[in-house]
Amino acid sequence: MTELRVTPLGAGQDVGRSCILLTIGGKNVMLDCGMHMGYNDERRFPDFSYIARDGKLTEHLDCVIISHFHLDHCGALPYMTEMIGYDGPIYMTHPTKAICPILLEDMRKIAVDRKGETNFFTSDMIKTCMKKVIAVNLHQNIQVDDELEIKAYYAGHVLGAAMFEVRVGQQSVVYTGDYNMTPDRHLGAASIDKCRPDLLITESTYATTIRDSKRCRERDFLKKVHDCVEKGGKVLIPVFALGRAQELCILLETYWERMNLKVPIYFSLGLTEKANNYYKLFITWTSQKIKKTFVERNMFEFNHIKGFDRSYIENPGPMVVFATPGMLHAGLSLQIFKSWASNELNMVIMPGYCVAGTVGHKILNGQRKIEMENKHILDVKLSVQYMSFSAHADAKGIMTLIGQCEPKNVMLVHGEGGKMEFLKTKIEKEFNINCYMPANGETAEIETKHNIPVDISLNLLKRECSLTSSALEPPDAKRPCVLHGALVMKGNKLQLIDPAHAFRELGLEEHHLRFTCTVSIDEEGPVTQTVDKIYQLTKSKLKNYPVQYSNDGSITVSESVLIKVSGDEESKDILVSWSYQDEELGSYLLQILRTSLTT
Amino acid sequence: MKLVCLSSNPSKPCFVLYFKGVTLMLDCGLDITQLQHFLPIPVVPGTQISKARSWTPGFEKKNKIGDAYQEVKECSGRLFIDGCFEMAIPELEIIDLSQIDAILISNSTCILALPYITEYTGFKGHVYTTEPALQVGRMYMEELVKYVERNPRTNIATKWKQEEVLMHLPAPLKDAVNTLKWKQCYTKHDIDSCLSKVTLIGFNQKMDIYGSVEATPVSSGYSLGSSNWVIKSTHEKVCYVSGTSTLTTHPKPMDQAPLRNSDVLILSCLTQTPLANPDTMIGEFCVNTAVTLKNGGNVLVPCYPSGVTYDLFECLSAHLEQCGLAGIPMYFLSPVSDSALAYSNIFAEWLSQSKQSKVYLPECPFPHAELQSQGRLKNFKSLHDMNLEVKTPCVVFAGHPSLRMGDVVHFVELWGKHSANTIIFTEPDFPYLEALGPFQPVAMRVCYCPIDTSLNFSQANKLIKDLRPLHLVVAESYTVPPIMASRRTDLVIDWEPSPFTYKHGQVLSLPVKRKFESVEIDSELAAKMEPVEVKAGSAITMITGSLNVRDNVYILKPLPKEVASGQKRSHDGFEVHKKSYIFGSPNIQTFVDVMTQQGISSIKVEDTGSGSIIHLPNDETLIQVDGDSTHIICEGDESIRVKIRDSLIKCLKRL
Repeated sequence: MTELRVTPLGAGQDVGRSCILLTIGGKNVMLDCGMHMGYNDERRFPDFSYIARDGKLTEHLDCVIISHFHLDHCGALPYMTEMIGYDGPIYMTHPTKAICPILLEDMRKIAVDRKGETNFFTSDMIKTCMKKVIAVNLHQNIQVDDELEIKAYYAGHVLGAAMFEVRVGQQSVVYTGDYNMTPDRHLGAASIDKCRPDLLITESTYATTIRDSKRCRERDFLKKVHDCVEKGGKVLIPVFALGRAQELCILLETYWERMNLKVPIYFSLGLTEKANNYYKLFITWTSQKIKKTFVERNMFEFNHIKGFDRSYIENPGPMVVFATPGMLHAGLSLQIFKSWASNELNMVIMPGYCVAGTVGHKILNGQRKIEMENKHILDVKLSVQYMSFSAHADAKGIMTLIGQCEPKNVMLVHGEGGKMEFLKTKIEKEFNINCYMPANGETAEIETKHNIPVDISLNLLKRECSLTSSALEPPDAKRPCVLHGALVMKGNKLQLIDPAHAFRELGLEEHHLRFTCTVSIDEEGPVTQTVDKIYQLTKSKLKNYPVQYSNDGSITVSESVLIKVSGDEESKDILVSWSYQDEELGSYLLQILRTSLTT
Repeated sequence: MKLVCLSSNPSKPCFVLYFKGVTLMLDCGLDITQLQHFLPIPVVPGTQISKARSWTPGFEKKNKIGDAYQEVKECSGRLFIDGCFEMAIPELEIIDLSQIDAILISNSTCILALPYITEYTGFKGHVYTTEPALQVGRMYMEELVKYVERNPRTNIATKWKQEEVLMHLPAPLKDAVNTLKWKQCYTKHDIDSCLSKVTLIGFNQKMDIYGSVEATPVSSGYSLGSSNWVIKSTHEKVCYVSGTSTLTTHPKPMDQAPLRNSDVLILSCLTQTPLANPDTMIGEFCVNTAVTLKNGGNVLVPCYPSGVTYDLFECLSAHLEQCGLAGIPMYFLSPVSDSALAYSNIFAEWLSQSKQSKVYLPECPFPHAELQSQGRLKNFKSLHDMNLEVKTPCVVFAGHPSLRMGDVVHFVELWGKHSANTIIFTEPDFPYLEALGPFQPVAMRVCYCPIDTSLNFSQANKLIKDLRPLHLVVAESYTVPPIMASRRTDLVIDWEPSPFTYKHGQVLSLPVKRKFESVEIDSELAAKMEPVEVKAGSAITMITGSLNVRDNVYILKPLPKEVASGQKRSHDGFEVHKKSYIFGSPNIQTFVDVMTQQGISSIKVEDTGSGSIIHLPNDETLIQVDGDSTHIICEGDESIRVKIRDSLIKCLKRL
């Protein structure tokens, strides 16, 4: 019996900066390496000194796994590998490997060029970091080393998002990253095998939410956009370059076509155009429907959506603009927001979750006056709408996933503490398993119980099974077959073999102990008659043992018990002999003969 | 372990493997070389082929078989069957298909007979293959069906197959084998229904098959998503090597390591053109094309819609650019050309490193995407779609490489009359002269540049040496030099001890003796074990438990409580008992001392040289101790016997 140790360095009772340390079967695995978007100081990165004070992470970590390309899951990666120092393997899916460096570079530019931060990783560091990445495919069993094995499952949250199963020997843990259990317009639903891990570490962003139907939310969104532009307002939709943006684009594109609308829709240039290209090339990672039709029409080629230029901000008339980043914490989306905020005709639609500290978070909390960098106060008059398009699993989805993979324990991360409590109670009640929710820096220890795999000699297996079940009947599942053998341990090898064979192999000399006792009776008649009587008696008493006549007139029972009768017409000597292995049987038989023959 | 070979062509394999209680079909290839016996399906009427006449044999017809000759047409001095195309499917009658647990498909060419199994037999198992193999396989099937159905033939020719007719026909028709088992082509509906039953699996994904074995596809480098298979139980390993290439082309390279040290290695799909070097051939292909174009001629390339065709686009376009012929258009005709080009660009995970790294930029991995956008490569679903767009000189890639169907038939007839044009055969599946048979005489230049990237004999021999299997299984034809080069003794599989060989319809018994099975010891039972170290590094413990089997997994659990504790003894009292063992030789003096302590008096010891005899006259007992054996002959009370027994055991080691 061994234990699993899990310590969140981030995302413990918190959203943002996902980074979880897992110790499984003596291997240390880091699950995600994210940054916190709400902080600008050292708190934005996980505290790597927890792993090693001297910063030599390579010798303390066997591998790093990144679940998807969102910065709260991979944002700290170049910092960790290049500025702290880690040279071991990093695993992520192909789309994540493709898109992650772009987002990192984008963030770096905002941090360094715009905010003037120093002590941030450089473009070259991102490149060197990405060279350490090993891209994986879904469902591929990857051997990190001789003992550590990982496997990715489809998570549906964004393009290339994956859940990972980590396995060492019999022990296994599944880490979900962020996932979505309902298919959306461009991605499929997360799915996993019934892999029965010892522990499922699941995100719990929407631990208490059970969302209304997707169609209603979509209709709602389109109506709001349509109403706003009809009144001449401008709609700002802050998005991250990849993910929601593509889904909302598909939504608006089809709506515009159907309603024959002429109001321009813009997409902030550069990154997003390129982003659509990624979607085209990695179309195998999108939903079934898109995959099916891509030969005729690639859904990510938009006719109504045009590139955006900064000069369009002051253009008169209605428009819809998708701009990055999604939490209004920097960049173009913030710039547009600032210039449109004062007009109540305008609207900002926040399509996703915003971490504390960002402008997005503030306005969603109803704040109407926002302090900007230089003590400037911004008056927010435009309409603020929140639309949860964020592709996280809701409470129902989380419960479904638990049902799918049947874990022995569950751990909640990437959610708010209070909401986790609620879900924890629900999980413990419904599945009757333990649920953990460690805070950052807190270690959860989880006991695991496993059967021990050994090799059994086929001879032993066949013999023992045939001893207890007759050859004519099929093996009866209800009546277990009793197996007896010698377990020989040599180094790491465990073999269950026939005892005699084991003794020979180990050079052990078995001591052959035999007992012989005589029962003397006065009974008339020929010897054969007595033998026959004993035979019938033995047979009736020992129904489950083979009782046989031998050629020389003796009776054998089981493997070693021997009964011999000698004497004349008047009296007989019954010799009973057995070996130590049949001691119980032999002495029982002797007792039977004594009591039933001599009285 | 048994292996049954169901295919007559080792390059279109189909096997059934019986292993550890599981029945697996390995590949499901469709041999369509027999299409050569059929009259081509013309694209446009009024051609040489549609004018083919019924054959009149030079001897007097017997009435009985007279109208059979109506089915045989003469064209260019050769005989062809004028009737619905029929396929030579694998030999399915010798096995019970309902007993097959799973079908493992290696690549897109080895899936083509699958609809015959999933749609027309009692098969109810699983089918596993990779996503590209499925998608490309689907294209091949759809193309085949489209070609067959486009200008359908209604007459099903059966009479010519009668023994007495067949024997009078000249070769090669006379030599057609198993003609009665040929089947008509499946339909689009069959394809959809069949492929919806396939389960997709990724490289290195371990797929459990009824808890008994684990099947894993590993990259074979032959085509998009092509794989070899490792079929493993806990103690045995069988590797199945299908279409494999060690050359650098567009697919992900071959993964060799997982195939090492197997008990059995089954080898199929070696090169069909052992005398041709694919690199040289692709060079000749480019040169011949450029020369023809320079002289104002057109080039016709009969091809499949995927596979090497992608490499041809890439190499040829680069070569034409070098020769200043970049303005020459390339046309790609296939009912599935749209899919073939589109899919190639979305399978980045299944491509070679250099192609894969392009999608990170993000650019399309194959250059044909750019050629398309530049207008240098144009694809059409059929001849009718391209109409006026053709600019000559040009290069036309069109199916089907058998020259019996598809748009290529039209181009052979159209361009065949002019000596400036060239037809270049690159597909190794069909003998090119036979393919051209019905079109003869042709004036166009005929080039044969077969490009088969599969393993050649020296590559295969090197591979086997590296993989070191315990037993090797190869096609019988791989152990003798090819017919066209009977003196090339290097063109054989060379392995000591000589390999097992398979041929069509043969059942092979493979000598894999299983010695061990795997069993799990329940954690509760394991916790109670007390191993004794008997030698440095070796420990032993006795174990008794109840063996449970579920989903083919053996689990040893503690004995049920009522049985173990004896509370509920069954009628004879000995349903279950734990055995124990004793070791070593007792020290006589210690034995005597212990007995004395037990209250046994009057002990007489007599030395016999090899051992001792102990008399207990008071208790009518005699004990013979002889090294590692002791015989207690007790005529006295049972309690005395128990005392002696326990005393002796105290003097011995016990497990």
